[in-house]
Amino acid sequence: MSTTVLEPTVGGPTSGDSTATVVRPRAAAARIPLTRIVGVELRKMFDTRAGFWLMASIVITSLLATAALIVFAPDDALTFDNFAAAIGAPMTVILPMIGILAVTSEWSQRSGLTTFTLIPHRGRVLGAKFLAALVVGIVAMFIALVVGTLGTLLGSVVTGLDPVWNATVSEFALIVVGSVLGMLFGFMLGVLIRNSAGAIVAYFVYTLVLPPLLGLLASTQQWFADLQPWVDYGFAQAPLFNGTVTSEQWQQLAVSGTLWFLIPLAVGLVIVRRSEVK
Amino acid sequence: MISVESLTKTYGRFTAVDDVTFTAATGRVTGFLGPNGAGKSTTLRILTGLTPATAGTATIDGRRFADLPNPGREIGVLLDASAQHAGRTGREILTIAQRTMGLPKSRVQEMLDLVSLTAEEADRRVRNYSLGMRQRLGIATALLGDPHVLILDEPANGLDPAGIRWMRDLLRGYADRGGTVLLSSHLLHEIEVIADDLVVIGNGRIVAQGTKTDLLATVGTVTRAKDRAALSRALEEAGLDHTVHPDGSVHTDATTDQVGEVALAAGLALTELRHADGAGLEEMFLELTAQTQREGVAA
Repeated sequence: MSTTVLEPTVGGPTSGDSTATVVRPRAAAARIPLTRIVGVELRKMFDTRAGFWLMASIVITSLLATAALIVFAPDDALTFDNFAAAIGAPMTVILPMIGILAVTSEWSQRSGLTTFTLIPHRGRVLGAKFLAALVVGIVAMFIALVVGTLGTLLGSVVTGLDPVWNATVSEFALIVVGSVLGMLFGFMLGVLIRNSAGAIVAYFVYTLVLPPLLGLLASTQQWFADLQPWVDYGFAQAPLFNGTVTSEQWQQLAVSGTLWFLIPLAVGLVIVRRSEVK
Repeated sequence: MISVESLTKTYGRFTAVDDVTFTAATGRVTGFLGPNGAGKSTTLRILTGLTPATAGTATIDGRRFADLPNPGREIGVLLDASAQHAGRTGREILTIAQRTMGLPKSRVQEMLDLVSLTAEEADRRVRNYSLGMRQRLGIATALLGDPHVLILDEPANGLDPAGIRWMRDLLRGYADRGGTVLLSSHLLHEIEVIADDLVVIGNGRIVAQGTKTDLLATVGTVTRAKDRAALSRALEEAGLDHTVHPDGSVHTDATTDQVGEVALAAGLALTELRHADGAGLEEMFLELTAQTQREGVAA
């Protein structure tokens, strides 16, 4: 028969594998700078398989769109603006998804429990996510610019025609604004709904279901046809992709953007700040 | 030191936390004990700023959690080991926390070593972790910023007996070096081996608190004899109140000395004579648990 004596554990450096320093309150650490939070939030957009491929799909779809245009489009259609349009189309879907998931994953995946205890200011975290989404959106548009440029050059080599540079800097800038607005709309839905599936469904209802209905209404009701540019955010964004925006159209964008973006975002922020993180 | 004062949280007409007041002292492990749904997690979430309180205050060294400039450097928190993005690797989760807190990169590997997660495990995605591995990762995240206060919700969940022993040694050493530990559990025996002080909560209210020694102090004696009827008679004649339990043991408030002498005088051979365990706390705890437990439902 053997006897096992269990020694009571005494603290200090002998107590196993813990670091042997004395635990004591220190002078208050510095506040976490916003730039650091933005950096971390950018990292979090890439560091999962889903996030990585979502980001990679920006590059992949723009390459595919370029290749498809060169292969299938008639020679005289291989112009820069067509490349820009072909690349921009998948971008208008992918960027909002990135905006949505940047926010909702904290709730759907419950990682917010850690995020919001390390930074107990939800407004700061969401602000950092907003800036990170903005950075990704703008970088994505410059990737599109580079790929579009290469596509145009390649197209001219294939067809033997001179490359057609029929888009101006201001046109490109407007497209960047339009794409980033789309992305921020996704961000807003993420803040408001805080559930990945719910926000994505809401986004597709907004982009695919709502426009034909509003178009139908406008074609049958004259009063709505007059009102539509002021209250239909998607409709008001269309000029951004057509190269020129009049001052009235900017005003329409501001009014409809307040209704569809700023107000819901404000409501979402109030809810997020008051809600429980579980 | 953690101090919770008159904390109340209501959801509509339901009161989850009802006027809860307690402190967790520096250099001690405080066990927060209560059955499931007693309000433990809600209290800890309020303490860490995740849930707004309806009334009352919760402070750590006199400051609200939200007022800490870089909370991770002062307070290590583990509320739910499963609340992590399933698609990240363990190492990545630590790296995110390390960057957020502004710590040197080497700290990540140090913590992985401390909680005994191998390099292969650290590079696995968390969706493939067992609950025990998630707890270890959660402890690593909590300790990453070298905090002086630890707040842990059910940290022993999912750990095997060796893991529980490891956790106990870790927390003991941490408190002995001057750290403050507040940890919750719904298992009395689990918390009994780790905690110095106990705070017992049931239905949102504090029902007992004090040092473990006091709360588990032995009151009375448990004894058995071959001839139980004779023992019962002898105790009665000596004027000692007692109860006979179904398992044949006799419980009395008298000391073991008194019972021994009564038995000797009556010429009885005792088969057991010992101090009662912390039966007071255990019974109180069972009573609390009984109200919320769905007994009778076959498991």
